[in-house]
Amino acid sequence: MNFSEVFKQSNQLCKVSPDGKYLATCVQYRLVVRDMSTLQILQLYTCLDQISHMDWSSDSLFILCAMYKRGLVQVWSLEQPDWHCKIDEGSIGLLSSRWSPDGRHILNTTEFHLRITVWSLCTKAVSYIKYPKACQKGIDFSRDGCYMALAERRDCKDYVSVFVCDDWHLLRHFETETQDLGGLEWSPNGCVLAVWDSCLEYKVLLYSLDGRLLSTYSAYEWSLGVKTVTWSPSSQFLAIGSYDEKVRVLNHITWKKITQFEHPATINNTKAVVYKEVERRPAVGADDLSLHNITIGTTLFNTQSKYEICPPPVQIPVVKPDPDRANPKIGVSTLAFSSDSRYLATKNDNMASVVWVWDMQNMSLEAVLEQCSAVRCFQWDPRRPRLALCTGNSKLYLWSPAGCVSVEVPTEGGFQVQSLNWHCSGDSLILLGKEQLLKLTETQRTLEYTSGLPSHTHLAGNV
Amino acid sequence: MGEWWTTVPIGTSMGNYEASRISHATMSPSRQNNYVSMYSLPLSKSSYSVISAFCTEDNISPCISYINQELDSLGLSSICIEASSPGGAGLSAVPALNAMYELLQIHRRNMCTLEELEKEQLKKTSSLEHMQMNNSRLKDQLELSIREKSGLHETERQLQLKIKTLQSCLKTEKDEVQKLQNIIASRASQYSHDAKRKEREASKLKERLSQLLVDRKDKKLAIDVLNCLGRSDGRRSHWKTAKATASHEGEMYKSLLSDYEASQRSLMLENAELKKVLQQMKKEMIHILSPRQSSSRRATADDTQEQVDSDGEEKAGDSSRETLDQSCEHAREQLTNSIRQQWRKLRNHMEKLDSQASQVQNQLESNKEVIPRETHDEEMERMRHEVQQCKEFIHTQQQLLQQQLNTSFDDETAALLNDCYTLEEKERLKEEWRLFEEQKRNFERERKNFTEAAIRLGREKKAFQEDRATWLKNQFLNMTPFTDRRRCSSSDGHSALSIRSEPEMRISSTNTQPAKSSTYATFSTPKPTQSATVPSTTELYRTLRLIPDSRSPRQRQTFNSFACRTPCRTLCSLVCPPAPTPSGHRKSAPSCETTVFIGLHFDATGKS
Repeated sequence: MNFSEVFKQSNQLCKVSPDGKYLATCVQYRLVVRDMSTLQILQLYTCLDQISHMDWSSDSLFILCAMYKRGLVQVWSLEQPDWHCKIDEGSIGLLSSRWSPDGRHILNTTEFHLRITVWSLCTKAVSYIKYPKACQKGIDFSRDGCYMALAERRDCKDYVSVFVCDDWHLLRHFETETQDLGGLEWSPNGCVLAVWDSCLEYKVLLYSLDGRLLSTYSAYEWSLGVKTVTWSPSSQFLAIGSYDEKVRVLNHITWKKITQFEHPATINNTKAVVYKEVERRPAVGADDLSLHNITIGTTLFNTQSKYEICPPPVQIPVVKPDPDRANPKIGVSTLAFSSDSRYLATKNDNMASVVWVWDMQNMSLEAVLEQCSAVRCFQWDPRRPRLALCTGNSKLYLWSPAGCVSVEVPTEGGFQVQSLNWHCSGDSLILLGKEQLLKLTETQRTLEYTSGLPSHTHLAGNV
Repeated sequence: MGEWWTTVPIGTSMGNYEASRISHATMSPSRQNNYVSMYSLPLSKSSYSVISAFCTEDNISPCISYINQELDSLGLSSICIEASSPGGAGLSAVPALNAMYELLQIHRRNMCTLEELEKEQLKKTSSLEHMQMNNSRLKDQLELSIREKSGLHETERQLQLKIKTLQSCLKTEKDEVQKLQNIIASRASQYSHDAKRKEREASKLKERLSQLLVDRKDKKLAIDVLNCLGRSDGRRSHWKTAKATASHEGEMYKSLLSDYEASQRSLMLENAELKKVLQQMKKEMIHILSPRQSSSRRATADDTQEQVDSDGEEKAGDSSRETLDQSCEHAREQLTNSIRQQWRKLRNHMEKLDSQASQVQNQLESNKEVIPRETHDEEMERMRHEVQQCKEFIHTQQQLLQQQLNTSFDDETAALLNDCYTLEEKERLKEEWRLFEEQKRNFERERKNFTEAAIRLGREKKAFQEDRATWLKNQFLNMTPFTDRRRCSSSDGHSALSIRSEPEMRISSTNTQPAKSSTYATFSTPKPTQSATVPSTTELYRTLRLIPDSRSPRQRQTFNSFACRTPCRTLCSLVCPPAPTPSGHRKSAPSCETTVFIGLHFDATGKS
């Protein structure tokens, strides 16, 4: 496992191009594009203000940099460094900006969700889409980039508009049976649109591409409902995480519940492996206290940690949420299927330090990772069933069906991993600290480590 | 208990009553001497002198009349006491005694009845006491149960109260819930209403804002591009036309169709897989089921029916296999039907197997049950044998222990012990021998006495016979004044002589032979008269026992005196049995003689 040197970044803006060749990072008002393999700077662009959002176009040729405060969007070309494009949303303000799937249009959402402006880089044409709904996830492009579903609100009613992204032709426009639409998401095959209500009601609706209602699912009433919805990459499962700390999995044929995964405070399941992170400070002997050791061994102050397998029953720390506050910290808020749809990783908000991994073949709990601190972020390897997660300390944790490891990030001054991004090849990983980032390239050896070694092996940071 | 005490005064009162009655009785006849009553109250022996004052020399006749009256009143009218002589002091004894007797009888009867009554009273009181105890106990129980009942009533009342309060609580809670629900509903409606209102306002504002933006012609709203880009797919953009929209629709449907096709394909694949699995299962089922059927072909019609069914099924299965790829409704039905039948058969088979297994198990169990009984018996026998062995073992051990003990005493001590034992035995034997000797001597003496007594008795008998003979002769001579008196007497004398000769003979025989008890039987002579004269052994024994040696002379004397007495006296003594001493003799006297004596006696009385 090779760790690159540390680079600066700001606002956690750091993205690998879709083709995996480049790495774009933002440092204040500058945009830096590096070669992914060598990390050499290929291009350097300077924006008009501090960049608040940055994104690659789907063909990895253009980079969008949005400065929300000034209502500005600047687009840079990787092939033609001289080419420039500046979009000013004017006095109405800018809330979010994104690429269309074809990489030739930019969709800007204005302040107050007044409208969505579609700017064409081909024709300089501008078009508006009125009445977009302000919600959790009101806009979604199908995976193949053909269609865009947009949630709308007119006359206190929810509508969904399906656009053909090619020429922004409104393909379908239909009213949904929701009280207050919370979000929508295309199935990976682009044929089914899942629409769910806001947290006040548990309701999931499934629409066909042509606007037909395929099915409605509601697990219960009179309680806070859906928190998050995720399709499996195979479009076979629809996982719904809700406030009742359960994940319900619907199948794609009958749209009925196949199973539900509960997140109990006490794990009695004997088949599941419970990994518990155990921290321990290295014992400091008299010799180690010499000045030499202190100056050199920066890891001396870092705590080491390793995983231990706990036999059931295992008690999991639970934080009771404050019932008087809105959006209580309870329920399943994060769901992620592995790339092969074999595993599902979930996180229950009142058990913030625990990540649950479920086996979708046996519909059972596969592993539980109990960390020392709250889990910030976890992401599946895009190629292999391998989960990387971080908890805001200097360590990276990896889980695979073979076991679990914790990796110390060997940097001076401490590197607090706040977020992480897999490279599309699954060979490398970008770790984002508060104002830094580094690339972690895996060698074959690490793969062996993560997939072949006993689970509680502790990987030293400088492996 | 209280009753017991209450009875006592009754008794005393009765006693008083009696006493008063007595006093009255004593008072009434002697009114002239009232002072007597003063003394008659204490009923003691000392009062005898006072009672005697009831009747004095002067008032005998009034007393008698009074007593007679009293007796009359008592219902003894038949008895009338009367003075032996009018005006005399004497009383005719018989009626007075009878009256007294009657009175005593009455008194006794009264006493008896009193006693009985007292007994009864006692019994009654005891039963009463028992009843009272019972009563009190029952009362206690009653009280207790009443108390319990009241307690239960109380608790019930409390519970009722509780229920009532709880019900009221429930009612209030329900009301509360209803109220809250109403509030919630109203809040919800209000909220939704407000939300809608707010949303409308917001949308209005948004509209206004957008209008304003449009009106102002925002200069800043612009795109500044160096040069326009080509489309990512390289094509040029085209106008929005109906054709375009149609093509979009077409695209959409195409994609949908492709998706459906893909899903159908996957489903088909899955279906085919499942069908394959099903076929395989079916085949295996048939395979499993067929050998059993061939083996059990001999079985009942049921089985044959099954066989037929299975054949039919096989055909159906084949047909379904043929039509599998057509996947039409009919084929599916057939397939499911055949599978169902197969499954049913398999289930039946399994059930049969199960039942068989259970039967076998039952048999095994029953066998198990039988076997233990036998083994139990065997075991018992074995154990008995063992016990026997153990007993024997213990016995031998004891014997050995005894032997050990014996041997542990050395031979000297053993000999000594033995000597001691023999010495003791000798002593005892000596003692016994001495006793035996003494007894023998006693016996000898007794025998001597016996023989002497026998001789004496013989002599006395002889004397008696002689006496009788002479007496009879005299009597006879006195009774017949006629001439033939002499002849008769002579004949009598002959007879007397003849009688006399026999005892002599007997005596001689007794003299010749020693008095042995075994030989006495031979003494019973053929003549009855003779037997009367001869004293029996019992007689002998009795005389021996009754009259010891010291008395034997007196016996002899009495016998002698008896013999010498006058005939009248003898007769009297013979008729009246008060004298005890000659009873043995009298009994032993032969009955013919007695009758003779009686006859004589009557004659004598008739003469007197």
